[in-house]
Formats: sequence, structure tokens, C-alpha cells
Amino acid sequence: MADVDKWVYSAVVKDHFMHPRGFLLGEPKEEEFDAHGEVGSFACGDIIKIWLKIDKETDTIKDIKWQTWGCATAIASASAFAEMVLKNGGMKIDEAMNIKPKDIADYLGGLPARKFHCSILADKAFKKAVESYRGHVEDGKARP
Amino acid sequence: MKKPTKRIYMDHAAAAPMDKRVKKAMEPFWLEKFGNPNAIYKEGLEARNAVEKAREDVARVLGARPKEIIFTAGGTESDNLAILGIASAFQGLPLDNPRVVLGRSRSHIITTKFEHHAVLNACKFLESQGFEVTYLDVGKDGVVDPKDVQSALKQSTILVTIMYANNEIGAVQPIKEITKVIRNFKKALPGQKPSKPFFHTDACQAPGYLELNVEKLGVDMITINGSKIYGPKGTGLLYIKDGVKLEPILYGGEQERKLRPGTENVPAIVGLAEALKIAEAEKEKEAKRLSILRDYFIKRLTTEISKVVLNGHPTERLPNNINVSILDAEGESIVLYLDEVGVACSTGSACTSESLEPSHVIMAIGRPHAYAHGAMRFSLGRSTTKKDIDYVMKVLPDIVNKLRMFSPTNIK
Repeated sequence: MADVDKWVYSAVVKDHFMHPRGFLLGEPKEEEFDAHGEVGSFACGDIIKIWLKIDKETDTIKDIKWQTWGCATAIASASAFAEMVLKNGGMKIDEAMNIKPKDIADYLGGLPARKFHCSILADKAFKKAVESYRGHVEDGKARP
Repeated sequence: MKKPTKRIYMDHAAAAPMDKRVKKAMEPFWLEKFGNPNAIYKEGLEARNAVEKAREDVARVLGARPKEIIFTAGGTESDNLAILGIASAFQGLPLDNPRVVLGRSRSHIITTKFEHHAVLNACKFLESQGFEVTYLDVGKDGVVDPKDVQSALKQSTILVTIMYANNEIGAVQPIKEITKVIRNFKKALPGQKPSKPFFHTDACQAPGYLELNVEKLGVDMITINGSKIYGPKGTGLLYIKDGVKLEPILYGGEQERKLRPGTENVPAIVGLAEALKIAEAEKEKEAKRLSILRDYFIKRLTTEISKVVLNGHPTERLPNNINVSILDAEGESIVLYLDEVGVACSTGSACTSESLEPSHVIMAIGRPHAYAHGAMRFSLGRSTTKKDIDYVMKVLPDIVNKLRMFSPTNIK
């Protein structure tokens, strides 16, 4: 299964896809999260939304949740991203901002080439959430 | 309900398993009767007889003459031969643009927006070569309005190519009515009765379910494919009505009336003919049986799972085709989850193709992207039983619920 250009998902992708972890069930409760970000569209076939709970003092991600509508890659990469970010008690925001699509693909044991560019959206949704969080913090506005 | 011990295969529109009787008919032509049908000694004549008998069998099913049948290597090739072959026959010399080799007179072709890519991309190529192509809209139910064909016809029209039954949504097209429209158009033209426009139909999904008699359909060319009808892959045929002149798309020997050079694929041809014969013989009974199963499946899908809509006409559709959009869940994900519990089916969408574009067929019937990405095709076949459908209806609602559970969408 090394040739990921073939239409074959790795065992890790399959595991994340069949048993996704860290998704948000239903709507978030008020004050449950500090920020959220959403990317994708119906036209491209994948939509992902990410919510963040952040420890202000340490700039560390205390919790991350996601929801995804899309193909196996979109679902698995969201699940994998959440797992990566929360390892060892949660990454610092700056550290998580450095996660590239390739890092997610590597974590998943590889992805079909054609799925690489369009379906790894978790990192982008995360960046949007962080932008929104930082914007709010800098403005001193109430958070969503 | 336990996971079934055998796979439940519901993708017959993609590939049907070869019928044992077909395999048996092909058997002698691999090792024992291996001759080249063009040789004049015993082995050659043996092979020649097999090819010609296959041609007669096919002609009988189509109500055609044997010489009107050309064997090819599949539906795609037959479609290309019909379309490019007619276009070539009408080609002119390049005028101002040396790149434009074909289509001096801006010859015109009519097709639809939801044809198979074998037809669509052949037409797109001709457009790049200077031909004019009209891509007709199809109605919301996926059926072409013959009146639209009528208004698109013009003096420069050389070819109308409209599929018999759509491969994704199973919608059956009014071929006889379109024939009438074309005939009336020809009659109304001044002067001698013109031969053009010709009418070609891609009937790859039709055998075993629909009328195939060429007289009754009134078409000039028909594409048929082997692998969709429990025959071997890489086999096809094109019926070309006597008098219709086309240029080959391959050049070589004189096989198949010079229209398809190359040594005949004898076992494949024998297998294709046998498959077509069986499909025709079992048509009435099987079409009836599958129609009942189809309607049962559609009813359960649309009533037992929320936000499921049927794509394509409810009754003017192939007896084995079910195509639904399941909203807030994406097609590829459903396919993979079903695969895991023993069910093979496909997305209506071409998400597995290089382009990752949603299905052009679902878009052509006016559905939004959100619907196209949730399209699912189940195509039933000879092995399908009510129990298979009951099993799918047992597992599918949970799969859809799970995918919806972590979906942020709420498609209206």
C-alpha cells in the first residue's frame, strides 16, 4: 500500500475515517470555545469547521473540536489534526500554526495525490480560528 | 442483522459479472480455435464462422442485417467511431486556419449536457476542430424534450447523438419521438430527401431492459457495450444502418468493412454476442423483477432516511437504476462506509475521478452542488434479491446518521 497515488487509503486514514475522534456533537454551548473557523464550500465538496478553547496565559490549545462534511480525506485529516494538536497536553498556538498539510498527510501514513490539495482543510480552518481569536484578543472585544 | 457472508454488489452499471454461459461460449476460442479469421485454411475458417455467427446473432437481436454490425473494443470506441466517423465524412479542407482540418462548413452536431464522457469529449474535440455543437439541456427529471431537439436542428446539422438511458440516473430518453422529429425535419427540407442529419444513440445501459429493434427505434447508429451486459470487458459494437457512410478512426487492414481494422478479437466477439442474446431472451422477466425491486428500494430510501431525494424520472428509468442524493452526507464517504459492511455501490458523482468535479449529470438536471456531492447510485443486477436491499436498508440509515453527526451542514 506504499503507492498512495493509487486509489487506496492507508490503514491510519481508514481508522480515522471509520472512527473519527474529537468532533463536536451538535451546536457548541455558550462560552464553551474561544474561537472558531470554517473553510470549504458545497462547490468543492468539503466543508470543515473548527472550534478552539485556548489557555490565555500560556497560549496553549486546551481543546479543539471539528465538524466535517466531505470525503474520507477531509474527515480523516480533521480527526488527525485534532489528535496532533492535543498530544502531550496541547500544543502552543504558534506550534500548531506550523502544521502543514504534508505533516497531516504524513501523520496519516500518506494520502492519494489527487486528494492532497483539495481535501486537507483542517489546518486552514484552524488558522482562521486563530486569526479570529487573536483579532478578538487584540481588539479587547468580547469573544464569540 | 449480521454482516453478509458474501458481498452485496450493486454497481452493475459500472461492470456486470460475466455470465457463466458467456464464459462457456468463449472457451473454445482461446486455445483450440485460435485461428485468424482472415486466413483461408481450416483454422481461419473456423474463426471466421464464429465471428460471422456472432454478427448474425447480434443482427437478429437488433432487427438489423449482419453487415450493419461492426465489432469494436467497447462503448467508448463505438461512440467515437460514430461521432468522429460522421464528422470525418463531412470534413472539408482547411481554409484560413491550418489547425482546422475538419468542419469547413461549420457542420453542426446536437447532443445533450448529460451524455457519457465518451460522447461529450468527442464532441468537445470536434468543437475545437471548428464544428458547432449544441449541448441540449435536460429536464429536471433527466429526460430530453424532443421539442428542444426540433428547435436545435438546422440545415448544417449532420448528427444528433443522444443516449438511450443515462448511465448515472437511469433516465430513459424518448428515442422514438426524437427519431420522428428528425424525420419530419428532413421531410420539410427542400429538394431531395437528404441523408443527414444522422441519429446515433449510446445504448450501453439499455440491453436487457429496453427495446433494441433498430426499425422500431428508427436510429441510424447504436452503441452497445459488452461489460455492462454480463459479457467480457473491452468489447462493443456499433450498428451502422446500411447507407450511412462514415470514415474509420483507425487505419489498417480491411476487417469490419474497413471501419475497424485489426485482427478480430474472436473470443470477445463470441462472448459479446452470447451476452446480448441472453440479455434479450431474459429481458421481459428480468426487467419486471428488477422494476419491482427498484421501486421498493426507492420507496424505502426516500421514506426511511430523512433528506433523501430521487434523481431522475421516477418511472421513465432503467429497471435496475436507483440514484438518490443523501443530503448532509457526502457520497464518497457513504460508499466507503458501505464497502466496509459488505456493500459495493458508487457515487453518482465523479469524485473518484482526477477532476474531483461533482457529477455533470446531477448538475445537468439542475441540482445544486450540495446535492451532486451527496449523490449515490445503486445499480441492481441478476444476483440482486429483496434480501440484499433489506440489508442495505438495515445498515445505511446508521451510516448516514453517523456522517451527519459530525457534519456542520444543514442543507435545505
